[in-house]
Amino acid sequence: MTLKALALGAGIAALATAAAADVKVGMITTLSGGGAGLGIDVRDGFMLAVKQSGRDDIEVLIEDDQRKPDVAVQLADKMIQAEDVDVLTGIIWSNLAMAVVPSAVNQDVFYLSPNAGPSALAGQGCHQNYFNVAWQNDNLHEAAGAYANDAGLANSFILAPNYPAGQDALTGYKRFYEGALAGEIYTQLGQTDYASEIAQIRASGADSVFFFLPGGMGISFLKQYADSGVDLPVVGPAFSFDQGILQAVGAAALGVKNTSQWSKDLDNAANTAFVASFQEEYGRLPSLYASQGFDTANLLISAMDKADVSDMDAFRAALLEADFASTRGDFAFGPNHHPVQDIYVREVIREGDVFTNKIIGTALTDHADAYAADCKM
Amino acid sequence: MNAVLLIEQVLNGLQLGVMLFLMSAGLTLIFGVMGLINLAHGSLYMIGAFAAAAVAGATGSFVLGLGAALAAAAAAGALVEVTVIRRLYDRDHLDQVLATFALILIFSEGTRWLFGSFPLFLDIPDALRGPASLPLGIEYPRYRLTIILAGLAVAAGLFLLIAKTRIGIRIRAGEADREMIAALGVDISKLYTLVFALGAALAGLAGALVGAIQSVQVGMGEPVLILAFVVIVIGGIGSIRGAFVASILVGLTDTLGRFLLPIAFGTFMDPSQANLIGTALASMAIYILMAAVLVFRPTGLFGAAT
Repeated sequence: MTLKALALGAGIAALATAAAADVKVGMITTLSGGGAGLGIDVRDGFMLAVKQSGRDDIEVLIEDDQRKPDVAVQLADKMIQAEDVDVLTGIIWSNLAMAVVPSAVNQDVFYLSPNAGPSALAGQGCHQNYFNVAWQNDNLHEAAGAYANDAGLANSFILAPNYPAGQDALTGYKRFYEGALAGEIYTQLGQTDYASEIAQIRASGADSVFFFLPGGMGISFLKQYADSGVDLPVVGPAFSFDQGILQAVGAAALGVKNTSQWSKDLDNAANTAFVASFQEEYGRLPSLYASQGFDTANLLISAMDKADVSDMDAFRAALLEADFASTRGDFAFGPNHHPVQDIYVREVIREGDVFTNKIIGTALTDHADAYAADCKM
Repeated sequence: MNAVLLIEQVLNGLQLGVMLFLMSAGLTLIFGVMGLINLAHGSLYMIGAFAAAAVAGATGSFVLGLGAALAAAAAAGALVEVTVIRRLYDRDHLDQVLATFALILIFSEGTRWLFGSFPLFLDIPDALRGPASLPLGIEYPRYRLTIILAGLAVAAGLFLLIAKTRIGIRIRAGEADREMIAALGVDISKLYTLVFALGAALAGLAGALVGAIQSVQVGMGEPVLILAFVVIVIGGIGSIRGAFVASILVGLTDTLGRFLLPIAFGTFMDPSQANLIGTALASMAIYILMAAVLVFRPTGLFGAAT
């Protein structure tokens, strides 16, 4: 009897909190296993913005997808059907996003992507309830191609893992790069030894190397590359040079040029405040993933100021305005709800005993993606 | 393609091979002597790398890091054997797979809890940095040459241990007939703990050596574990010599396959197509090798006929 009463009381208490929260956010992200660093940064950035807003009408449910598409789908179903969330966010990996997003946005839930931007969701598969706050997958690679032209590189050796995002990467680079290719290699996903590829780079007569090897693959490649005695300039997207992994690469990454829509030294008031408060809150420098999580939460909060989430049309219009102070400075959505933004070139430097990035130029200005024309919304 | 590049790739294959040998030697010993499938062997590799990175980071000495890797992996191996594995010898393989899979999860999350989610840094010692000049104008990283030599030295030591020492005799006897050597008064449970710790230490050594040129992160052991299983199946379960030959074979097949297959397809196909197909086929090469070996020798190259 007492147990029943307790359960009833707990149920009522849960109802009471649910009623107090106007917007219920479901965050599905990777918090365990090898890719956890990215998800943790997105979560920490997002929660920092929620905390700074001082609002008590946002409730955030956070769940770990373990980087597994089936787990992510289960979590999304649970959050939409049982928890009745208004907004989903958090997914890091494109293959998980492809498994979750199309069905979620068709169930009248908003999806705000803090990271993954697969081309299928930017072109024909775009949806009015899907907003990408980070980038379309090709963007940073396109910027790397544009930078290679500016830097006078004319014979690149390019490599990426053999999976959809890897193929998108090389396609994106080649879309803007105008020089010749000394070689093009698809490596295995999760490969850790690159001696064979480095030997081919050495023999190819290339004048530069472009690679997209996210996470541990990039760490392995850079350490082995630096030790091989091959001394060609390296260009890549920011994913292999973000704050989370630079310390593991060490001096091997010094001087590498990489392209990013964000950097910790971007000079605007929102970013300065973000970097300082993130460091104070968590005791480490933010990465681009943290900035994306932070921007995602601020976008949501800006829409909440203008519209009620139960009026989906008004809330969607409020999201599309993107009326928030982005850590990237100027930020706007294109017609397919993907960012139109500047993409910068950064160089890896050492500050004291911490490895980090500094901006050395702009690769592309007000850059949108190549798929927007295919989007019929 | 030229001869220098080919020789360099053969060296790369050898280096991968001796690394695989350090992993698979322990795995095959444990399977041969105790009849145990140990999926958590990859976790011991990871523990070695993390211990080396932590100690080398704190003291600045790579050699101390290596010592720590050996000690930590052996200690973790012995601890796991005494607390968990010992209860599994008499169970069937499915129970062993389930229990050791659980150990993978425990070790991975435990490591993440201790060291955080971000990869650790482990650097090559200064003395071994950079490339060495070999005859024929070959430039090859000094550290990788050292790994090849260290791996060969460990292999030789292991052969001597198994063939010439009293411990080795007991290990071989345990493999042949465990009831009989228990009846002869050998403390079989102590022997098992020792074999397990030895296998774990070899995996930890491999993890530490490789950690310096790769990424020290949670889950780094599992891809290597799969290759190590392929190696012991090709070599014949329980055979150290088989594990050695198969390791080198797998190392060379994998490296040369990835290098030569795209070139071979490129001779009669459009380059980017050839690249995709060649790469896809190269990632299957070692499994095709395994299947071919099993067709002709179902117990592996050096496996005892059953």
